[in-house]
Amino acid sequence: MHDTITAGGSTGDFTVDIAGLTRVEGEGSLRLQVRDGVVEKAHLEIFEAPRYFEQLVVGRTPDEVIDIVARICGICPVAYQMTAVHAFEHGLGIEVDPATRALRRLLYCGEWIESHALHVYLLHLPDFLGYPSALDMARDHRAAVEQGLALKKAGNRIVELIGGRAIHPVSVRVGGFSRTFRRTEIRALREQVAAALGIAQRTVELVAGLETPSFHRDGRLVALRHPREYPMNEGRIVSTDGLDLAPSDWRSEFAEQQVPWSNALQARGRDGRAYLLGPAARITLAADQLHPLAAAALAGTGLAGEIAVNPYRGIVARAIELVDATAEALEIIDAYEPPRAARTDWRPGPASAAWATEAPRGLIFHAYELDDRGHVAHAQIVPPTSQNQAAIEADLAAFAPSVLGLPHAEATLRIEQLIRSYDPCISCATHFLDLHVEVVS
Amino acid sequence: MDLPVVPAPSRHPRAETPRRPRIGVVKFASCDGCQLTLLDLEDELLAIADRVDLVEFAEATSQRSSGPFDVLFVEGSVSSPEQVEEIVKLRAVSHRLVVIGACATAGGIQAIRNWFDHDKIRAAVYPEPRYIESLAQARPVADFVAVDGELRGCPISPGQLREFLVALVTGRRAQLPDEAVCLECKRRGVVCVAVAKGIACLGPVTRTGCGAICPAYGRGCYGCFGPRESANTAALATWLGTDRADGDVARLFAGFTAWSGPFRSVIDAGGGPPGPAGARKGPSDA
Repeated sequence: MHDTITAGGSTGDFTVDIAGLTRVEGEGSLRLQVRDGVVEKAHLEIFEAPRYFEQLVVGRTPDEVIDIVARICGICPVAYQMTAVHAFEHGLGIEVDPATRALRRLLYCGEWIESHALHVYLLHLPDFLGYPSALDMARDHRAAVEQGLALKKAGNRIVELIGGRAIHPVSVRVGGFSRTFRRTEIRALREQVAAALGIAQRTVELVAGLETPSFHRDGRLVALRHPREYPMNEGRIVSTDGLDLAPSDWRSEFAEQQVPWSNALQARGRDGRAYLLGPAARITLAADQLHPLAAAALAGTGLAGEIAVNPYRGIVARAIELVDATAEALEIIDAYEPPRAARTDWRPGPASAAWATEAPRGLIFHAYELDDRGHVAHAQIVPPTSQNQAAIEADLAAFAPSVLGLPHAEATLRIEQLIRSYDPCISCATHFLDLHVEVVS
Repeated sequence: MDLPVVPAPSRHPRAETPRRPRIGVVKFASCDGCQLTLLDLEDELLAIADRVDLVEFAEATSQRSSGPFDVLFVEGSVSSPEQVEEIVKLRAVSHRLVVIGACATAGGIQAIRNWFDHDKIRAAVYPEPRYIESLAQARPVADFVAVDGELRGCPISPGQLREFLVALVTGRRAQLPDEAVCLECKRRGVVCVAVAKGIACLGPVTRTGCGAICPAYGRGCYGCFGPRESANTAALATWLGTDRADGDVARLFAGFTAWSGPFRSVIDAGGGPPGPAGARKGPSDA
């Protein structure tokens, strides 16, 4: 299934062929073409079989769409559900109870905690400590892996309580939730989330001290920004070069295009520029909105500047957001008062519905046209990894020359690590990475 | 399209000295949620890893294996020409092949496309459809190779996965009941949403395993564990149809296990699942 490209030649030419890049979500490969030490091509090939979600939701009701789009990604189903529900409510002019808003933010915090803890401890940390997996790492560092699992479990517990189950939760409905939650139910999360906050703070100390390859990128960062809170469900689309857009207006600045090497559509700025989303972008563009405990943790690392330019520091950005999400979750739990009703009544009808939220991996955009019966006539779903793909390719092309002089095993490991540092979710973007380096002389 | 199903090898390849079973986890077209359920067994994951050799699990480890496997868990529907070749190869090196989740057991939500013209669907999503290698239908693994076990659900239940793994390492048969969701509701003390609130619920025809989550959360069951044995879907459809249009009954069954036989027949009787009208196949094409 995967090509092996070999190239012989004089000094400096070499061949790298890895059967698969692992510890990412989904299936794809990287193809690098190097001529005379210069990277001419860096293609992230996503060959996860297409599932055609934008066609699967046609003819469906808004509540059916919320169930269906969750299945785009088993790691971040809440991100898809939140983006869709906000889009529909915005398009149909539905106001939700403030308690519903708080519960949705708590649900999203749960997913951020689960997803970031999975990536930091199970997928990424083994790279820094030199193990093939967290299970192997656990033989020497059992306590660290156990604390990572406890953190992940706390996130899953939040999603399970509000959503009924940790993966593909069932309770999110247009106008609110399918049921109400008593104060005692929500308060029952408190002890576990408070313990998770302590683990998140220790995680920042652990990952900030890791020896990290140096790499400097100057590309455009894009995230949501909200005047009063760290961006999650709501905010305006902003960038490091001054963009400021309503969350429904993503298409005025960005567009998807197809490239021959990938089953995922790639998004770029309408001017063709690549951009990067995710924890580093959010921290760079909204550091002043971090929870005070997360802001203190970030200041303690002294790495705010490096997070903005070195993708290998993504693990630190995720750890800071783990502090933010656990601390915010705790505040929502403590302040929770039940809504008057599970959901606001609403009437199906025609609407143009579009919204953006912040998935764990970055900004996610949905747009739906609803027909006269209120059924989907057209849908556009833009996951974070489709948007990050062009920036990852550009970064790989810039980074690869610095490691091509290293022994093969080390060079490929460094490149794989760089890809993992973006936490690409290839299942979302459509999906397992194989690494081919082709040297052309 | 209908290929002969590849049987299990007559002499199962099995790892020598099987003290610790060699386990693989692979995926086809899917969301990764069912394999993630293994990593979601936070309290048991390290104990499980002490008792089995996870030799292939690309989402979790950089160590790779192409077999042989004592147990291979397969997630996802078979949806591209490469995946057809791959599942046949994997069958040949697997002592037991266990399909996990609605995509692998029933085709998943992407099997909705099976009712539609693939070329039109593909062209509606991709400006250059010729770059996309994909089969006209997304189908369950058992349509291509023999399977030795299944865990249902979208996603699979952590409790059922735990039970399956404990049974595996202790050498007993896993207890995976084939009852209706209704029984689970009664055991949980959940008031029947169909009777008390008139909510459409697929609980009577759907296999339990989830814990009756949807009724407990104020919704009708949407069938993500697929039909229970001898499910009388036609009778339920008639009952649900007394105050609904035909298409709206089909809609209820047209979810994550729509392509399973008992659900499919109700959907066909109701004129097919919702979807892009311009791409819908005629009855003769289906």
